[in-house]
Amino acid sequence: MFAKRIIPCLDCKDGRVVKGIQFVNLRDAGDPGELAAVYNREGADELVMLDISASREGRATLMDTVNRVARKLFIPLTVGGGVRTLEDGRRLLGAGSDKVAINTAAVETPELITELAERFGSQAVVVAIDARRTRGQETGNSKLEIRNSKIEVLHTIRDVVPVSNFRVPVSAPPPEGPAATNWTVVTYGGTRPTGLDAVEWARRVEKLGCGEILLTSMDADGTQAGFDCVLTATISHAVHIPVIASGGAGGPEHFAEVFLRGAADAALAASIFHYETHTIRSLKEYLRARGVPVRLG
Amino acid sequence: MIALVDYGAGNVGSVLKAVQYLGYPATPVSSPELLAEAEKIILPGQGHFGAMMKALAERRLLAELRKRIGVGTPYLGICLGLQALYESSEEAPGVAGLGLLCGTVIRFRVLPKVPQVGWNQLRIRADGGLFKDIADGSFVYFCHSFFGPVTPESVAVTEYGETYAAAVQKENAWAVQFHPEKSGDVGLRVLGNFLELP
Repeated sequence: MFAKRIIPCLDCKDGRVVKGIQFVNLRDAGDPGELAAVYNREGADELVMLDISASREGRATLMDTVNRVARKLFIPLTVGGGVRTLEDGRRLLGAGSDKVAINTAAVETPELITELAERFGSQAVVVAIDARRTRGQETGNSKLEIRNSKIEVLHTIRDVVPVSNFRVPVSAPPPEGPAATNWTVVTYGGTRPTGLDAVEWARRVEKLGCGEILLTSMDADGTQAGFDCVLTATISHAVHIPVIASGGAGGPEHFAEVFLRGAADAALAASIFHYETHTIRSLKEYLRARGVPVRLG
Repeated sequence: MIALVDYGAGNVGSVLKAVQYLGYPATPVSSPELLAEAEKIILPGQGHFGAMMKALAERRLLAELRKRIGVGTPYLGICLGLQALYESSEEAPGVAGLGLLCGTVIRFRVLPKVPQVGWNQLRIRADGGLFKDIADGSFVYFCHSFFGPVTPESVAVTEYGETYAAAVQKENAWAVQFHPEKSGDVGLRVLGNFLELP
């Protein structure tokens, strides 16, 4: 049984884990080494570390943090933030990272994807795509509505619709045609729209040698109101490489939705785990009871 | 001395870290002279089948590897280090593998997502050895597009649309398709079991 992966994310700044609400207000949520050990013990399937301020400030990723986290970690570790050159990638992999995530640099210098893949293998290259909705209102999540690119939680319907009702369309067909929703790729920590269509970009990074896509919905990120299942399913069906869904996780039901309706191969979250609102183990037990294949040790 | 074969593109670092964590000294080895002194050999393979076989040959490691396996030095191949034991691979037509196992390594054909990246279950067919104290159905971490067909030497198999060799043993030669250095406690136990072998 091939398992869906649960991936806690450590958003790091100055060697500490922080998590912003839509990348703006940062709160300190702990020491990366400590958190990594906890997540490893709880049954995290992988770990992602993102130096979230690196692109914006041009700051190098914290090499010793990576080193410290990697030393006692025996599950895959992905590190991203500020990777701009082959040498940046080499240093991170040398410090103990298994995969590097590139975002802004991939858009500005797509050949970097190919260079990294040729040098270190596709399995080591994750392209992080931050996508923002430009057309259409439906997030696949009735709790969200978009107004001027700003998310507001209009009402909570949690537990009104049982998650089991969502089980059937594991491979929901992606929306097509003129009425379909569009997403644009944004860079520099979500601050700069590129005009690139997210679906086209996903297909292109696969061709260039990317091994996995880390897909963040900028509309859902920080809201804790659920993943953007339509975005995730659309991208996941457009490529043949795994798609890690990110942005919007607030409760176990959101993970069930993104696996069952969003066709995600893995799901990533930060704050939901950092504050011990939910443990990875309890989340996995919840998912297993709803028919999502997960690894429970 | 436990030799980690370093042909320039494998993931020697993370395997070295895991072996040391388990309390064993290990040395990255890139010359046949040093490999000849090894009491145990681990080949942490990664990347392209053809590129690995070529890199091993260029460093004169291939002949020595064949020789050491032949004289009974315990060998553990990881990922591409398992695929190298077959006769050939679809990934690099015309390039010979070590040929300890019959058959050709092929690409996944059934499921839409290739490579398989993530955790999958072992169906253990031979207890003891690498799988001492490891429960049938344990999850381990895989990352690969190509796989070795099931043969009588397959001591564990896994399914990803099709059934393939997750671990093999032929006499002193062991190999795993998964990454024990990335498979949490189960993986560390597999590595520990190999390191404990006489």
